[in-house]
Amino acid sequence: MAPEGSALVTGGSRGIGAAIARGLAADGWPVGVNYRSDAEGAERVVRDAASNGGRAVAAPGDVSDPEAAAAIVDALEERFGPLLVLVNNAGIRADGLSPQIRDDDWERVLATNLSGAFRLTRRALRSMMRARYGRVVNIASVVGRRANPGQANYAASKAGLIGLTGTIAAEVARRGVTVNAVAPGLVETEMTEGLGDELLRSVPARRAGTPEDVAACVRFLASDAAGYVTGTTLTVDGGLTA
Amino acid sequence: MAATATKEGVERTIADALEQVGADAEEIKPDATFEALDVDSLDLVEVAQVVEEEYGVEITGEDAQRFETVRDAVEFVANRAS
Repeated sequence: MAPEGSALVTGGSRGIGAAIARGLAADGWPVGVNYRSDAEGAERVVRDAASNGGRAVAAPGDVSDPEAAAAIVDALEERFGPLLVLVNNAGIRADGLSPQIRDDDWERVLATNLSGAFRLTRRALRSMMRARYGRVVNIASVVGRRANPGQANYAASKAGLIGLTGTIAAEVARRGVTVNAVAPGLVETEMTEGLGDELLRSVPARRAGTPEDVAACVRFLASDAAGYVTGTTLTVDGGLTA
Repeated sequence: MAATATKEGVERTIADALEQVGADAEEIKPDATFEALDVDSLDLVEVAQVVEEEYGVEITGEDAQRFETVRDAVEFVANRAS
């Protein structure tokens, strides 16, 4: 059984993160719904959780800010107890063919998608190692493993997440802490608007994924049942990369 | 939250932390090596966290690598905390 504690979903105000936050709340975790700009979305997720008998709180903070990890986690732990489930979901895109990706486009994508996830994981491990229990789930992407022209920065950040997942998993496995990644394919959210049709034709399942398809995988990896699953990347892409 | 650091206090804090990570309480003595206590680098990370919270003294991975005995760690922390 998991000890008493809390969960945090970064970028939890909409899209995949919102579905994950709702799902973890439904599974009984008090959830911090992190957001950078969409306070209204985060509040909506908090209300959804409450109306389903769960507990959640909005957790503002820009994960690309080096100071944010401690502030977000400290506030959440004060409210809901030690952070035992961390879902690094916050992600941005700044697409372009490599010759045209500006330094700023490169750096801010890496800062949010990869460095932000690392810093939160580093902070969370303090609580998880002490509790001898923890679940870290990094939301990667099939693009971390398979080319998608126009997304070199995004692909690098997601491949980076997959790399750090395995290594950190090996470091902390004997403390009862698991670290895994989920690699979604094409999922219908605001963020993937316009990425659509051409890619969709190559999906064997002949449909885009839903945020709930991804959340289901995260809920499994965050569960007690997944205690022996660590360091792996679970692809949820309707067969796209099969 | 930095506590006033006496050498005895640091000794006690570190001994408690070592016990938390599984070292045998009977074996925790100043001359005991971390190797003999079966305390590895991940265990020392946890000890470092406790020390940082108690005394505000940061033990980097590089610092920890140089510790052979419990005394090395205690002296490192006591010197910096006072």
